[in-house]
Amino acid sequence: METLYVIAAILGLTLISFAMGRQRAVARSEGQPRALHSLPNYHGHFVALWCAVPALILLVIWVPLEPMLAMSAALDYFQAHIADPAHMESVRQSKLALLLSLEPNATTIDLSALRADQYNLLQTEIRNMAAGTASTGHAAFMQEVADYYQGYRDTSFLLMVAACVAVAGAGAGVAWRWIAPEMRARNRVEQAVTAFMILCSTVAILTTLGIVLSLLFEAIRFFAQIPLTEFLFGLHWSPQTAIRADQVGSTGSFGAVPLFAGTLLISFIAMCVAVPIGLLSAIYMAEYAHSKVRAVVKPLLEILAGIPTVVYGFFAALTVAPFFRDVGESIGLDVSSESALAAGMVMGIMIIPFVSSLSDDVITAVPQSMREGSYGLGATKSETVRRVILPAALPGIVGGILLAVSRAIGETMIVVMAAGLGSNLTANPLEAVTTVTVQIVTLLVGDQEFDSPKTLAAFALGLVLFIMTLCLNIIALHVVRKYREQYD
Amino acid sequence: MTESTAPTDPRSPSGPSSGSTASAKEKMQASLARRYAAEKRFQAYGIGAIILALAMLVTLFVTIIGSGYTAFVQYTVRLDVTLYPQDIDPQGTRDPEVLARADYQGAINDAMYSLFPDASGRSARRDVRALVSPGANFVIRDMVLDDPTLVGQRISVYVPLATEFDQILKGNIDPAVTMRTIREASTGIPWSLPPGERLISENQGRYLQQLVRQGEVEGSFNRWFFTNGDSRQPELAGIWGAAVGSFFTLLVTLALSFPIGVAAAVYLEEFAPKNRWTDVIEVNINNLAAVPSIVFGLLGLAVFLQFFGMPRSAPVVGGLVLTLMTLPTIIIASRAALKSVPPSIREAALGVGASKLQTIFHHVLPLAMPGMLTGTIIGMAQALGETAPLLMIGMVAFVVDIPATPMDPSTVLPVQIFLWSDSPERGFTERTSAAIMCLLGFLILMNAAAVLLRKRFERKW
Repeated sequence: METLYVIAAILGLTLISFAMGRQRAVARSEGQPRALHSLPNYHGHFVALWCAVPALILLVIWVPLEPMLAMSAALDYFQAHIADPAHMESVRQSKLALLLSLEPNATTIDLSALRADQYNLLQTEIRNMAAGTASTGHAAFMQEVADYYQGYRDTSFLLMVAACVAVAGAGAGVAWRWIAPEMRARNRVEQAVTAFMILCSTVAILTTLGIVLSLLFEAIRFFAQIPLTEFLFGLHWSPQTAIRADQVGSTGSFGAVPLFAGTLLISFIAMCVAVPIGLLSAIYMAEYAHSKVRAVVKPLLEILAGIPTVVYGFFAALTVAPFFRDVGESIGLDVSSESALAAGMVMGIMIIPFVSSLSDDVITAVPQSMREGSYGLGATKSETVRRVILPAALPGIVGGILLAVSRAIGETMIVVMAAGLGSNLTANPLEAVTTVTVQIVTLLVGDQEFDSPKTLAAFALGLVLFIMTLCLNIIALHVVRKYREQYD
Repeated sequence: MTESTAPTDPRSPSGPSSGSTASAKEKMQASLARRYAAEKRFQAYGIGAIILALAMLVTLFVTIIGSGYTAFVQYTVRLDVTLYPQDIDPQGTRDPEVLARADYQGAINDAMYSLFPDASGRSARRDVRALVSPGANFVIRDMVLDDPTLVGQRISVYVPLATEFDQILKGNIDPAVTMRTIREASTGIPWSLPPGERLISENQGRYLQQLVRQGEVEGSFNRWFFTNGDSRQPELAGIWGAAVGSFFTLLVTLALSFPIGVAAAVYLEEFAPKNRWTDVIEVNINNLAAVPSIVFGLLGLAVFLQFFGMPRSAPVVGGLVLTLMTLPTIIIASRAALKSVPPSIREAALGVGASKLQTIFHHVLPLAMPGMLTGTIIGMAQALGETAPLLMIGMVAFVVDIPATPMDPSTVLPVQIFLWSDSPERGFTERTSAAIMCLLGFLILMNAAAVLLRKRFERKW
């Protein structure tokens, strides 16, 4: 929170330096504004940039680095003073002794010998105590360490404020001295703005890189514990059992085939709903509907795409699933209350507008001359649609459907709320199945140990999901693009 | 077509004899009728598909509104509470700290007992106490904090009924039982459910009916729903905490994604040379727009939480994740808006000596701004409804307090909906639907603003 004040202070300095730079440019022009290469405002911007940018860069480096340095200093302090018998006694009396599995007669603690999770626990303990949110029952010595940590951070914060202000002032001062009528302030400011824009346009690349790297990194750690073949071809999925140490990596508990099958089943049901309805309504809107009807119905259908998926999930769980169960009961079928059918159908409703608007686009893109040629031969409208327009638009429609499939595979909230949790390898839509996204959510929501295969499995599933949807998207975009080239 | 046109072809081998022409004509008529019927059927399929889709939309809205509108009313009971100074503020300092921590439950209980003088014995008194929500305590506390002179007075105040009684009066538990039927029934509550499913005991039913008959119970606008944070008690749970969380999250998202998105779009559309690198960026942005949202959540968890050690459940992290998610939308919309500005504008500005950046910032951007804003609003609407990535970064925590800054743990509206939808109580189902109505209301407002903006500022060149 205090960082925000520092940012505000830097911005304040920036405003002042803008005014000073502008004023100096006017002063240096000696009453002849034409003598200036750039407008006075550009000189102001130039000084302001030199004030703000170095200070903000310093801030961005300092803020994440500072807690790490403080923690390592605190741990050094801990290591240096723990051998004191009084300190050791107070640690032994506290709950920390249990967490660090301390021997009753140990005389010191060697930090480098601690397991990774114990090391993290110790750090969390120090952090919580420094923030004053730790539970009771901690050692007096730990409070001392925490105070040291907090003291280090307080000093560091003051240092940071001083450094930032100094850098801002120095930057502005240097730039201010450079101001001269012949200085090309505009060109330099424009260079800076262009650099900023280039930086912004690489954010998309960095995001993709971040996704790929973080998923790969965690997934590789997962596959170091569970073989890839077992994950891809195993038929048994029960990550919960892996909590117990003796069961880690026990055969078959991370076989993801039931999840893939469940995902495909639900997506298939969704497409069975969305494709006919979406395609037929797109054809009707493009070829038959009066433009007034179109103007009303099209936005109405698009509302379906704007409704948050959590609402669909609630709708599926509250209304559709019980409805299917009751109907099944009345005709003597045993329908699960978390049936794949209900989740798939509601997902289908959500996807209708994707299919319909994408198909609508490609159908209207079919050249009018093809329609007229067909009418000229005496074909009715429906015959034209079925034998001329649809074949011509087919690649585009297939591309749209592929995009919709990738949407269905990656959809999360509907299945989390309406589909089951238990893995179940079945093709029966009346039973409960689970999906990749449901498992990711279940594995990662709530308390988690970062290194257990259970948590890492979520990233492996995420990687599979990412690759699947990426392939579908690339194929779909390729198909759509190729088709467009034909008629443009 | 071919099967119908072939018989009428004069060169067809059947020959031009009059009899066969007649039959050919008949055949043609028949096939025409068939084709027209097929045409009608095809049209009917199209209309059917549209009607089906719209019917689903209507069903969804009717279900949500039907199960949620009752949440906007809360049944309350009028109590005459005497606030004895010796119980609330023995020292007489009237210090807000003391008043905030004082126990008003005793005063409420006494007021309840006085309504039912014949209820004696522990279980009867417990039944009487259970009529009032635990939130009554807070209602009176807030009144006293507002006006400390109330201490020592006897005040008449409406406090919320406990959720079971509230739901019964709304007719949500037993369709045959509502406020009206309870008042009109001559003997006992007219249950249609067997005793096991009624949620309240025989005694409590009697007390409830007595209160209703005496006119002490009143349904009023449920202001707590709009001012409270989350709670384990349905009658105390409100959406304000989640709404503030959503506001902070969107604020962070907007503050980051709008400048970054516009700058990226300007660079790619106006400056970038056409080469491999910009091609890669372009394909990348298109693909990013179709990556499942939960993958962004995984990214946020791995990078922002684990690597950078940012706080869990904080709107600022949620805002960062949603920024990455909405950026492609904003960039694509902004590029389209820039593309629609005719080149003549740029040429004119360059012709009178503006630099490239001056051209863009002074002339092109203002003209493209409505389109960019429309795209941004649509991106923000998506971000407002997004749930899955926020689950990954821990915004599912149970948070009672209203967040004061973007760093405080909080939840957002869609996640609040998800959390409540998991709760089995009928009172939460009702609130889930009501929260959905509020969320949809916001989304409709945002989309309407986008449409309006587009209509108002759309230019044809």
